[in-house]
Amino acid sequence: MARAISPQKKWTFTILAWVVALILFFPILWTILTAFKTEGDAILFPPAFLPPHWTLENFVTVQTRSDYFKHFFNSMVISIGSSLIGLVIAVPAAWSMAFAPAKRTKDILMWMLSTKMMPAVGVLVPIYLIFKNLGLLDTLTGLTGIMTLINLPIMVWMLYTYFREIPVDILEASRMDGAVLWKEIVYVLLPMAIPGIASTMLLNIILAWNEAFWTLNLSAANAAPLTAFIASYSSPEGLFWAKLSAASTLAIAPILVIGWFSQKQLVRGMTFGAVK
Amino acid sequence: MKLNRHLASIASLVAIAAAGPALAETTLTIATVNNGDMVRMQSMTDDFTKANPDIKLEWVTLEENVLRQKVTTDIATKGGQYDVLTIGTYEVPIWAKKGWLVPLDNLGADYNVDDLLPAIRNGLSADGKLYASPFYGESSYVMYRKDLFEKAGLTMPDKPTWDFIKQAADKITDRANGINGICLRGKAGWGENMAFLTAMSNSFGARWFDEKWQPQFDQPEWKSTLQFYVDLMKADGPAGSSSNGFNENLTLFQQGKCGMWIDATVAGSFVTDPKASTVADKVGFALAPDNGLGKRGNWLWAWSLAVPAGSAKIDAAEKFISWATSAHYTDLVAAKDGWANVPPGTRTSLYKNADYLKAAPFAQMTIDSINTADPTKPTVKPVPYTGVQFVAIPEFQGLGDTVGKLFSAALAGQSSVDDALKSAQDVATRTMTKGGYIK
Repeated sequence: MARAISPQKKWTFTILAWVVALILFFPILWTILTAFKTEGDAILFPPAFLPPHWTLENFVTVQTRSDYFKHFFNSMVISIGSSLIGLVIAVPAAWSMAFAPAKRTKDILMWMLSTKMMPAVGVLVPIYLIFKNLGLLDTLTGLTGIMTLINLPIMVWMLYTYFREIPVDILEASRMDGAVLWKEIVYVLLPMAIPGIASTMLLNIILAWNEAFWTLNLSAANAAPLTAFIASYSSPEGLFWAKLSAASTLAIAPILVIGWFSQKQLVRGMTFGAVK
Repeated sequence: MKLNRHLASIASLVAIAAAGPALAETTLTIATVNNGDMVRMQSMTDDFTKANPDIKLEWVTLEENVLRQKVTTDIATKGGQYDVLTIGTYEVPIWAKKGWLVPLDNLGADYNVDDLLPAIRNGLSADGKLYASPFYGESSYVMYRKDLFEKAGLTMPDKPTWDFIKQAADKITDRANGINGICLRGKAGWGENMAFLTAMSNSFGARWFDEKWQPQFDQPEWKSTLQFYVDLMKADGPAGSSSNGFNENLTLFQQGKCGMWIDATVAGSFVTDPKASTVADKVGFALAPDNGLGKRGNWLWAWSLAVPAGSAKIDAAEKFISWATSAHYTDLVAAKDGWANVPPGTRTSLYKNADYLKAAPFAQMTIDSINTADPTKPTVKPVPYTGVQFVAIPEFQGLGDTVGKLFSAALAGQSSVDDALKSAQDVATRTMTKGGYIK
């Protein structure tokens, strides 16, 4: 039986949660507000919380200088493309690990995760050479491919954890009814795993959208996504805060909206297997 | 009949395909940094593409450290992603020696290479050949608040000494009103605090290495440089100065929080811009300080355009570079955006132009600063390297960053000056031994 929580405790936790959420969100809020300030107001000291003179000038300048929609399109292709391809590979992989484990399945899972622990810059030159020789530098195909590979371990892990929650008896029942393997996965497993697959895909889209090392290093003029768009407004000498903030706001807006609408799935995805 | 039509269609397609290469345009991918002059260049390129309709320009604009990493990877692996690179005086001599850059021999008869400022031209040449053409050049100087100096009864000389700077900073500092006597770079990085401190150390008689590449941080000249810097900043610098770089100090100065600021000459146009600076009409300029040893604490840098050896479009790339770094381009900017906005510090002729000198109050001090920096003889004592605020060896980027962290920690009070110098000596010795410079 669950223990009752006193109203006092409930209020304390609610306030605490709001404070933490506001602290976490404050840098984003500040960036958005700065995007609407003039360059002079952006560096006021003491800083002005709300823009003293609201302006859209920075957004206009940013769009005139750089083609936002081209970068946005590239980000969409890379993040959605890599997530879909990743799912096609990760679903069967996670199925076999969850429902037909071999002696070394656990080791393979750990090994897959260990690739995420390697600093990316350590393999920059070999990957760069492979991309160069295959003609993949500055192409959407190349960037979608590398994003798929980078996020694949996380996708497999998330789906594996979710599949483990599905009773194996249901799959066995479908086999008894004569379902072959692909029918078992498509008609029995996937409908039950839709929430898990959706949250895996959403998380992967966010990770791919925000990834800045490979997308910056393997792209130039054609396939550069929004990470390159933001980077083009940063400068050690003569930084224009308001324009940088406008570029950042434009770059994070789509993913903020997606995140807002899919927060339930995301939270579910993050807490797979936490409660049995 | 039908067959004939098909044959005719195929023949037309073949003809179009064959004519394709003759009509095809050359696309130049230009990697550049995000600063005002470079951004302006992108808006001026109609002038170039009108005269060269067969050349299309594509830009990759990035923050300079990101750009440096990308371009280095591409050039070292001969990736060939870029046809024109924006690089600085640090990279040019190193990359030229490695054969990574194409010598710029075909800039055209009108280019007038002898008009380039000698100090800048030397910094971009190797074995007598020009490997990059300067787009804009900069040195560093003292920017100061004329009103605060007047209030304190001080007069800034055109050529101040470090002692004067210290006395003036002490007098101007007014903590109650949030005025710091001086703002200097403290943020760690070879292009941040180490650019300033290396240039400053030159005027104190210090050097990174002796003629045999032995690190010199254990010598008294470095001790006096770092001690002076830390004491000055503790007494008269802003709070948290160990995390201040160019942008942070620019903000402080524009908000009227600094009596003096010693930094890049490019800042002159920012601090005198009434739209962004609250002290625009109160700024004076002076040469970087010295200690009477014959060297001033100013640096020399030029953002320049070069062609990587991997490019398949060398002719078109040189044509573009010739346009972007020509006197004609300067005239174009002057006509469209005014003389105050032309890229400074590359051509002698610009500093003889009365219109420019009138429009840019910092112009004379900029050229004087550039002329006092000599990248081939940067220090009081002889050195085996070139570069004023850097050492033009591949190891410097990593070493400069590490030493920068040590010195930034000394400024923050996390370590003593002596400890920072000892650690710097150890790490420099290790790096140079590993690099095969010393045994």
